Parts: sequence; C-alpha cells; structure tokens
Amino acid sequence: MSLVPASRSRVVLHGGAGATLSGSDRARLAQLLLERGLEVACRHDEGVDTADLDGGSPDAAATALAERAGAAAAPAAWKPWFPVIDYARCTNCMQCLSFCLFDVYGVSADKKIQVQNQSNCKTECPACSRVCPEVAIMFPKYRHAPINGEEVQSDDLRREAMKVDISALLGGDIYSMLRDRSVKAKSRFSKERDDERALKERQNCLVALKRDLEIPAEVLAALPSPEEILAKADAARRRAEAARAQVAPPADGGKD
Amino acid sequence: MTGAPRILYCHCAFAKVVPAEVKTAVLAGLSDANVEFDAVPDLCEMAARGDARLRELAAHEPLRVAACFPRAVRWLFSAADATLPEQTTRVWNMRTDSAESVLAGLLDRQAAPPEGPAA
Repeated sequence: MSLVPASRSRVVLHGGAGATLSGSDRARLAQLLLERGLEVACRHDEGVDTADLDGGSPDAAATALAERAGAAAAPAAWKPWFPVIDYARCTNCMQCLSFCLFDVYGVSADKKIQVQNQSNCKTECPACSRVCPEVAIMFPKYRHAPINGEEVQSDDLRREAMKVDISALLGGDIYSMLRDRSVKAKSRFSKERDDERALKERQNCLVALKRDLEIPAEVLAALPSPEEILAKADAARRRAEAARAQVAPPADGGKD
Repeated sequence: MTGAPRILYCHCAFAKVVPAEVKTAVLAGLSDANVEFDAVPDLCEMAARGDARLRELAAHEPLRVAACFPRAVRWLFSAADATLPEQTTRVWNMRTDSAESVLAGLLDRQAAPPEGPAA
C-alpha cells in the first residue's frame, strides 16, 4: 500500500491486470475509506491488493488502513454548508454582503464579492441565495433547484421578480421591515409596557422571515438583538457601497 | 489535453443528497471496469477547505467527473481557485441521473462532447 501525502491522506488501490482483489471487494473497501474521509485512487501498477488485507474482510482492512492514515474516525459531523457563487451570473451588486448578518461575505482586493468565512454560514440557511437578484448563489447540499446548482430556468427568474415585489410589499428590504417592526414594537412597548405584545410582534416578524426566506428556526433564534442587527446591516451596507463605488461598471452590462 | 480521460468520483460523504444506491453502483462499476480513477469523500468539503488537490485534479485534461449538478461542480472548483477547463471537462450528475447512464458516460471512450457548458 501507499499513502500519498496530499491535503487528505490517500489510499491507492491496485486495480490493474494481475490484481487479485475482486472488483466488489475493491468497491467496498473504497466506499468504507471514503466514508472515513480518506481519498482513494485506483491505479493499474501500484496499490493495496489482497496480500495487504491479511486475509481480512474489506471492512477490517478499511479500519486498519484508516488507522494507519490517521483517519480512524468518520468525518466530522459538519455539513459543508456555505454559499458558492456562480460568477457567470453574479453582477457584484453586493446584496448578499449587505444581507448576511454572519460576515460570510467579503470583498476581494479587486473589489469583487467573495465568500470569505464559510464556517460562519448557518447550516440549512439559504437566505442569501433567496435575496440574490441574479440567482447566482448556490448551496450544493440544498434540496431544491436552482439553489442546489441546477441550471437556472426562466421560471426561477420570474420568481426572483416576484421576490422583489414581495420585498417591496414588505416595505423595502427585509432589514427595513425588521427595523420598522422593532421601532413600532418599542413604541408600543414604551407606551403600554406590554411585554407580551412586543414579543408577539417580534415573533410575527420572525415567522415572516422564516416563511419568505426559508430561514431555519435555529438561525432565527440565534439572531442578534435588533440593535445589533441594525449596526451590522449598516456596517455591511457601507462596505458594499464602498466596494461598489470603487468598481467601474463593466462594459458588457454588468455580467461577470 | 489529448491523454486518456481522468475519472473523478465524488462520494458526497457529508450529506445525503446523492442517492446511496446510485453512488454505490457507480463506485462498483468503476471498480469492476479495470480503469484508473480518483475518488474523493466530498468536493464541497474540499472546496470549503480550499484544498490544493482540487487544482491538481482540475489540471487533468480531459476530465470526467461523477458528482452533482455541473454548475455547482464548476463553481465549487472555482471557490478553491481551481478552474475546470470547459471544453475538456464533463460532469455527470448522480443526483438526477441513473447509475447506468453515469457509468456509460464515464467509461465511454467516445463520449460525446458536452452540449453547452460542460462544467
């Protein structure tokens, strides 16, 4: 066997002429190694073969090989959940940067929107892709098109237009809605000292966010206070405006 | 770019969005077919880490990939600063296609050129 130094350890399986490991055992061994987070290569002239299994099953061999590679445990439970930008569609409008409260987005040295802090992204939350006017943000582990990476269809673009209308109905952007509701709730709170009513107002707002943007309840529960949201949104908006101001509009009409 | 096609298989090990029976059948078909191939646990996870292996893999031309939606695969590589050459890369989608059609594409030495953007 050979463990090739790489970003992850890689196990090379012998799969060429003269290999005595059966195809089904090789497939089983490969599957078990992949599920332990190891890369696998199948090569004609090198690699693990029957002799390396020491008479054991693919399951036993996988455990032994993974231990030798320092990957005895299954991959961490972290689901690779982060936005992937389709730069063929992105117009660098910075709406995602303005919207995300978790600092997932940033701006490159050449003033291009980019994903800078993947691990800040909240698993199962596709909200930024829903506010993207160009349907340019994907989450490949998501269930539904086009957020999962499926090609964008004309219906998807129509939905984007509807989304803008819904946003307008809500009174501009989603943060404006939050801010207005927060101010109204505060006003009522100060006048009436009605804890219950203020709480209900906030809950209604969260329900609207959950429904319209499919934001998971856990993410909503983890949202900062309204004041912190306002501060973050304003800071993000300033960064986006500063980046936009420094980018000359592209000659082709805006597509990257 | 005129060498034998390199085959890359993604096991999507960190999520259950690719049907397990399709993944298993594709991996079994590759193992039975007497071909060389590379298999990675999860392209998304590699892209999240900015794994330099993605640049190595993208440098192989022609490249045949069994993974998920071609648009997602193309931009996942891009997220890790790896560019998949459009003309010489083909992606088969194990989320939507049958194992038979994925294997037919991966193993066919005369695979038709992609219709539209390959990756």
